[in-house]
Amino acid sequence: MAKVEMTINGRSVSGVVEDRMLLVDFLREERNLTGTHIGCDTSQCGSCVVHVDGKAVKSCTMLAAQAAGSEITTIEGLASDGELHPMQAAFRDNHGLQCGFCTPGMIMTAVDIVNREGADVDEQTIREQLEGNICRCTGYHNIVKSIAAGAKEMGSGMKEAAE
Amino acid sequence: MGIEGIGARALRKEDKRFITGKGHYTDDHKVAGMHHAAFVRSPHAHAKINGIDKSAAEDMSGVVAVLDGKQLTGDGIGNIICGWMVHSKDGSPMNMGAWSALATEYVRYVGDAAAVVIAESYEEAKAAAEAVVVDYEVLDAVVDAVEALKEGAPQLHPEAAGNLIYDWEIGDEAATDAAFDGAANVVEIDITNNRLVPNPMEPRSAVAEYDDAEDHFTLHTTSQNPHVARLVLSAFYQVAPENKLRVIAPDVGGGFGAKIYIYPEEIVCLWAAKRAGVAAIKWTADRSEAFMTDAHGRDHVTKAKMAFDADNKITGFKVETIANLGAYMSLFSSSVPTYLYATLLSGQYNIPNIHCNVKTVYTNTVPVDAYRGAGRPEATYLVERLMTTAARQLDVDPAELRRTNFVQEFPHQTPVIMAYDAGDFDATLDAAMEAADYKGFAARKAESENNGKLRGIGMSCYIEACGIAPSAAVGSLGAGVGLWESAEVRVNPVGTIEILTGSHSHGQGHETTFAQVVSDRFGLPAENVQIVHGDTDKVQFGMGTYGSRSGAVGISAIVKALDKVEAKAKKIAAHLLEASEGDIEIKDGEVLVKGTDKKLGWHEVCLGAYTAHNLPEGMEPGLKEGAFYDPTNFTFPAGCYICEVEVDPDTGVSTIQQFVAADDFGKIINPMIVEGQVHGGLAQGIGQALMEHAVYDDAGQLLSASYMDYQMPRADDLPDFVVSHHETLCPGNPLGIKGCGEAGAIGSPPAVINAITDAIGHNNLAMPASPHNVWKAIHSA
Repeated sequence: MAKVEMTINGRSVSGVVEDRMLLVDFLREERNLTGTHIGCDTSQCGSCVVHVDGKAVKSCTMLAAQAAGSEITTIEGLASDGELHPMQAAFRDNHGLQCGFCTPGMIMTAVDIVNREGADVDEQTIREQLEGNICRCTGYHNIVKSIAAGAKEMGSGMKEAAE
Repeated sequence: MGIEGIGARALRKEDKRFITGKGHYTDDHKVAGMHHAAFVRSPHAHAKINGIDKSAAEDMSGVVAVLDGKQLTGDGIGNIICGWMVHSKDGSPMNMGAWSALATEYVRYVGDAAAVVIAESYEEAKAAAEAVVVDYEVLDAVVDAVEALKEGAPQLHPEAAGNLIYDWEIGDEAATDAAFDGAANVVEIDITNNRLVPNPMEPRSAVAEYDDAEDHFTLHTTSQNPHVARLVLSAFYQVAPENKLRVIAPDVGGGFGAKIYIYPEEIVCLWAAKRAGVAAIKWTADRSEAFMTDAHGRDHVTKAKMAFDADNKITGFKVETIANLGAYMSLFSSSVPTYLYATLLSGQYNIPNIHCNVKTVYTNTVPVDAYRGAGRPEATYLVERLMTTAARQLDVDPAELRRTNFVQEFPHQTPVIMAYDAGDFDATLDAAMEAADYKGFAARKAESENNGKLRGIGMSCYIEACGIAPSAAVGSLGAGVGLWESAEVRVNPVGTIEILTGSHSHGQGHETTFAQVVSDRFGLPAENVQIVHGDTDKVQFGMGTYGSRSGAVGISAIVKALDKVEAKAKKIAAHLLEASEGDIEIKDGEVLVKGTDKKLGWHEVCLGAYTAHNLPEGMEPGLKEGAFYDPTNFTFPAGCYICEVEVDPDTGVSTIQQFVAADDFGKIINPMIVEGQVHGGLAQGIGQALMEHAVYDDAGQLLSASYMDYQMPRADDLPDFVVSHHETLCPGNPLGIKGCGEAGAIGSPPAVINAITDAIGHNNLAMPASPHNVWKAIHSA
């Protein structure tokens, strides 16, 4: 067993976990953050993507103990002060989701893509960088549109903040 | 959100909870005292169980029970049934083998459950399941349907000699044979429809709760049809009487057919909760279990030939199909290769004579049942590959050969049961050819050639049958249930509305589209309308969502109930406004007397219904109406898909350059959602054509049982889709809806393969057209 402390969605938390407990299980079972989903057992589907210290990580590939001391953001922590994150809004506005199961992982990956590639990221790059996220409902068409639109919106937000 | 009626691209009401992580799926459900189940699954495709040693597992920490099939059947839990009786052509009923939710004597596929462990934690249950020692006597296995029919093949069920489930036919064989005798040309094809795994992203899950004080069960489950689940769990499996069983299907993460059926795990969790004396049991499939236990799709082998006269008109079509149904007969498995397949073999064409023979077969593989399209993709793949093959053989343009044979007049009775009610096949073909710049293809092909690439174009003109289905008609064909839908419209005293529907949404956006129908009717904002579904305690009964039936059948039930609400509201308003009922109009949230300035707010009429201070004489208070809608015919979505590919002859990689879809779905409630359905269907159909394949080795091991091995389409495997709609209204239901959920998966595989075979210049190519298979096809020419 290991005692772990970390920051999740801006709040300090601690817990005593089995050494083998995955971060995704810690989030879902210990913290009741069930927006992070489990869609496979081979780290292929990306339904469990969260941000660890600002970078997208499949939370099924990491032990909870490894995340000790980190800042974790899950889908539940993406909106702030009741305002949707621009990427969340873009998925809604572009019908980028159907059943919603892959959606949290898609949105967390999308934000990471824009953080790395910038607001003008093109659709081919988006498609390539969604390699680690599987959706069975949308055929990706509207997910790609959503991410491109969300990227632009995030870009204008970044610009405003800079000014 | 304002007033967004029929035809509006309204954003989805349900999205906020999904994009903020507040969706509530079955595995998110937790209750006090919840235990966990882990199944002991056969590693062998076929074996006799000589004994089960549970002692080590029972002594492990957290374990409360280890249960087996003899205990399950001993407690009177019934065998799993197939709900559609199909008779062989000699009149004998289908040969259904016994299927117990936990195996009693034999296991018949890898993944078949022999026992279950109930423990306090998931980890303890999993660990103990590995400690259960099953004494298996391994038997020979057979996985291929053609092999399973051969003499000397391993036998699966004593009830099915030679592994044959039924030998069924449709159509007039003598007339069809005669058509071939007089044919100017005959075109033949041998075709395989590859086995697929549906793979909704949410794995199946169940939480069974048992209240011993009330002897009452509650099941949260990943179901497309919770009401049917309750019926079957009660009436056939004897888990609990219906009044003692509540089934809830909360947010469900995709279905595609795989979540229609009532699986062993739900039965076992309910039974085990009571037997083991625990408050609740949760089971959630990991992805490997999903591959090994979710019903698979397709897996047909077909020989067919088509006869043409000297004017290239089709005169006859003869088909022989062998369909693999796996180790047991799943709930609707018998209907898929018969009434959902052979009845669509006329395609969009005038074919005077059709005969089809279907043999279904047991093999040591996962049960096969309906997967998005269910039978109709198999029919379309056969008909549309054959049409393109014929065009090449007859040396005519594939579009012209199709046009020559299109059904032009409606209604049109095919020789295989279906009566097409409406359509315009030229319109969708024209639209697709225009959008695809069909005329410009030769120039693009030349350019590809300059780059060392092979370019091909392929089309598919599909028709399918939705609106499943007229109850009496399906009853006469062997269905064990009626396929109507129910709805209840509850108007609250303040004028807001709850719609209770037997349809179930698992990605289709019913909370939005159903609200749009109400919004349209009364001019109320969509946020004033709540859609309630997926809970047998709230909605009385319903048949659920599959076969693209929620629009054509589910919405029709809502419309019928709205008609009754409108009629009563008008009676009340006429009474209050001292006007004639015929002069009352409900518009923009107001109830008006036509041609006057007399009016009431919608909410005033609703309040009047509930205060009941001043109602017409004899009228009951309240404003709540229900309806059952039973369709009068199937509906017939149709369209044309055109795919253009570039093949690299050195690597065999096929890249889709363009994919065009022109569909006729009848009336569309929300084009944004309909387009999303098409995109998703196309992705699954292109997945089947290019990459997806459930592969067994000869011993019956499923080689493609993870996302490392089974290739799911990913974002960079697919193009942007070019989608358009061309509406002819369905005359059979009040709004003219045909259905849109499956068309993409039905129509796209032949378009892709017709394009690749066009590129490589010969027809010897089977799905999936993986780089390896295409490379082999190029080099076998």
